[in-house]
Parts: sequence; structure tokens; C-alpha cells
Amino acid sequence: MSEATLTRLAEEPPAPAARRALGLPAGTWPRILMPLLIGVLALSAWEIAVRVNEVPHYVLPPPSVIWATLRADWGTLSASLGITLQITFAALAVAALLGLALAVLFAQSKWIELSLFPYAVVLQVTPIVAIAPLIIVWVDDIRLALLICAWIVAFFPILSNTTLGLNSADHNLVDLFRLYRASRFQELVFLRLPSALPLFLAGLRISGGLALIGAIVAEFVAGTGGRASGLAYRILEAGYQLQIPRMFAALLLICASGIAIFLALGLVQHLALRRWHESALRREG
Amino acid sequence: MSQPAPPASAPSPAVSSRPLVVLRGVEKRYGAGTLAVRGVDLAIGAGDFVALLGPSGCGKSTVLRMIAGLIAPSAGTIDWPQAAHDAAGVAQPRLGFVFQEPTLMPWTTAVGNVALPLRLAGVARAERLARAAEALRRVGLAGFERAYPRALSGGMKMRVSIARALVTRPDILLMDEPFAALDEITRFRLNNDLLEIWRQTGVTVVFVTHSVFESVYLARRVAVMAARPGRIVREIAIDAPYPRGEAFRTSAEYAAFCRTVSGALGEAIAA
Repeated sequence: MSEATLTRLAEEPPAPAARRALGLPAGTWPRILMPLLIGVLALSAWEIAVRVNEVPHYVLPPPSVIWATLRADWGTLSASLGITLQITFAALAVAALLGLALAVLFAQSKWIELSLFPYAVVLQVTPIVAIAPLIIVWVDDIRLALLICAWIVAFFPILSNTTLGLNSADHNLVDLFRLYRASRFQELVFLRLPSALPLFLAGLRISGGLALIGAIVAEFVAGTGGRASGLAYRILEAGYQLQIPRMFAALLLICASGIAIFLALGLVQHLALRRWHESALRREG
Repeated sequence: MSQPAPPASAPSPAVSSRPLVVLRGVEKRYGAGTLAVRGVDLAIGAGDFVALLGPSGCGKSTVLRMIAGLIAPSAGTIDWPQAAHDAAGVAQPRLGFVFQEPTLMPWTTAVGNVALPLRLAGVARAERLARAAEALRRVGLAGFERAYPRALSGGMKMRVSIARALVTRPDILLMDEPFAALDEITRFRLNNDLLEIWRQTGVTVVFVTHSVFESVYLARRVAVMAARPGRIVREIAIDAPYPRGEAFRTSAEYAAFCRTVSGALGEAIAA
């Protein structure tokens, strides 16, 4: 057979160079500019409403004052942000590793999954605010207690998604591996783990936001003072002192962190899957 | 390969008189007691090209999967007189299997997919990549080594799947309606290429299909199956010389064979 009879479909479609504006593909700019426009409009309306109605700053500070407070208190706030993010990322890392390890364990035997999965669900459905006080009492090291709380909130999506992914490998491919007498380890590494990767990453993306929420909630319950306290404590503290602009500034940092984590994990997902998975492909034509 | 390659001048591959695989009284009963396949007797010689033809649900895929060892027969035996046997006396024939879908791993390239059986067998990286590239060349996909499955057309994916089945140089190639989902033009082209690969390698082929025309065009022997329970009702030899090409497809001889096989299939469905 001649190669000429085959259409060269495998070549990457050429990037439409003409349809780019300022280095970004056309169609990306509206996705950035439109939300930005809405944000600017809302902030302006807020600023104007507060100034016109002369609302006191301890009830609702205008955006300009929140920004000024954020800059003035950056030293304290950034230190607290660092602590909260440390706990968040540590919890996320442990959740990813343990979630993956448990899912692999579940995939080894239906019996293990049947016996243990209900307890994972129990952990998931119990409100963290209800068990955080217990954990804080039991665990001497407050940082470790916070990490455990954040981990409990974060790990379930990774576990359930990865378990599903490991079990949803193509049946014919499973047969093919059996045909070539692949070991269980080969089947896991070459077939089940790659099959589970998209769902694992989707779980990780959900868990990123949850780890931050878990860390903040646990900090609220713990209410640790002193030098090593996270953003939740700054909010509590500012609340007691009626420093409402500082509360807003801390809130702003939490929101920004959540968005940054979500976007970063989205980027990880895209980079890992862009060459083959449907979710990461641009629709052509 | 277990048998020597035929001389290049040979009009068609020689079929060894020693059978490669022998099915005797093979039966498959599923859990609920449903009899999927009953009393299948079939001997397949080395180098043969056998088509299993039948209506859907007649158990032809079940027979193929039993030959592959993917499911165990409930009764009867499947013997491999020429294959190596392990310490427990279980035959270890070298198999290639092509599913109805291409069944490729989307996360790796064409060459990565084709190299999989060698990777599972522990073949060193350099050797397995070279052999996978060679298998891709054989199915007409030279230059597509680095392409991901999603960038390939349906016919090209099926070619990758065939290359993967051939890469271990198997004794027998088991194909489960491999071209059923493809358009007619692509199917005709793949039919011709499959015959060419068969001629070059001398591999034994068992080809499951529900198309009378495809079975007559390809096979040296057509086993017609009936359903409920699945069984072989007739074996028809297609005594037309190879290589077969487009001239054969339009010949009176081909039409006559199609009529015979079609009649047998009609009886099988009515039975």
C-alpha cells in the first residue's frame, strides 16, 4: 500500500496566525475583558455609594480604603497568608498522596473497597466544624491539628474520583493486557493509572479549593493567637477590634488565593492532558 | 514466526497439514444457564485464513475469545499441538488480537501503542521501538509513529491496532469484526492490505464477520454459524487462487461463492 493513499491527518492543524490579537488567540480577550469590566463597574458603584451616602467605614469600607489597609497591613497579613497557604498546600499534598494510595488499594480488591469506602464517606459527610474542636483537643501541635482538619475536607474528591478512574479502564484494553499475560503491577502502571489521570486531576482541582476552606474553618475553630496565626485569626481579631477594612483585606486575600489555586491546578490539568484527553482539546472546525 | 515464510513467487501461502489449533466439542454456558455456544469442532491449520460468519448473537465472538483464552469453555477442549506449553501444561501460543474498536491507549502515540505487547514482555526500549516502527511500516503507517490516536482517522486507528497485533510476530491473528465500523472504501482497502500482510508474514488468521462478501473475499475457508445455541452448521472452502484483488471482487466466480455462502447462511438463520 502506498503512503500517498493515506491522508496526512496526523499533522497538527496549523495555528491560525491571522486570528491572534496581542499574542493571545482571538476569543480569549473577551473572556478576560468582560469579567474585568463588570468588576470595575461594581467596585466603582460600591465606592460611589459609600461616599455619597457617607456610610461609616466600620459598617462598609469603600474599595479604596480596603486597598489602602491591605497595603498598610501587608506585613502582618502576608505573614498570616503564608501560614494559611502552608497548611492548605500541605493538606492538599497529603490528600493527593493518601487519596491516590487508598484508591490504588481499593482497586486491588473489591473487598477492601467494600469494607473501607463507607468510612471515607463518614469522614466526608461529618461537618468539619463539628469535629475540629475534638481534633484540636487530641492533637497537641496546633499546626498538625489544622492540617488534619484541612485534609479531612480535601481528600474525599481525590479518593472517589481516582477510584472511579481506576475502575473505568477500557474493558477491551483490560482483555488485551490479560492476553499478553501482563502482571497486576503492569496493568496498574500502564493501564489503570493513565486511565484514572483525568479524573484524578479533576478531583485535585476540587480538593484545592476545599483544602483552603478546610484550613480557614479549622483556624476559626482553633482561634490561635500569637505570631503563627493564619488569615482566619486576622479576621476574628479585626472583628473584635471593629477594624472592618482589615477584615475585608483578609477576605480579599483568601478569595485571591482560592482563585489562584483553582487556576494553577487548571493549568496543571491542561498541561498533563493537552496532548490526548478530550477535555483539554480545542474543538476544531 | 513458527513456520517458514513462503517463497515470494508462491501464488498463495501454503497451509500446513498439521493443525495449529483444534477445537473439540467446545461449549460455553453462561451463569444463568444460557447456552451461548454448543459443540464447536474446528481445526485450523498453520497459515490458514478462516472466516467465522454468522448473524449477530450467534456466538462467533465467544468462539474467538475462547481461542484467545480470554474466556474458558464450559466443556470441550482447545488444543495447540505446535505451541510451547508452560510447566503446568497450559499452552502458550503467541496470539495477536484485533477488536471491533481500535482499542488504543489515547495517552500514548501510535508507536507507543504498537510497542505495548513488547513492553509487557520486557523487551528493551530500543528494540521495541524499532520493532514497533517496523510493524507500523508494514501496515502503511510509516511517518505516523509520533501521532496520537485522536489525530488519526478510523481506518488508520485500525491499522495501528493491526500493527500492535502483529508486533509480537504471533502464530495466529484473531480478528473480531475489525472493519465492521468502517466505511466501504476504507474496508475494501484494508481487506486488500490484510491479504497482503497475510501473504508476506504467513500468519494464521481467524476472522469474525457478519458480511458474506467480506468472508468470501478474504478467507480460504468460511465456517457458517447459526444462533441459539451458537454452532457451526457448515464449512465452505473458497477455492479461488490468491492473490485476490479487485478483479476477483467483480468475477463470476466470486458471485457464485457469495451465492453458496449466502444460501448456507440463510439456512442457518432459518434453522
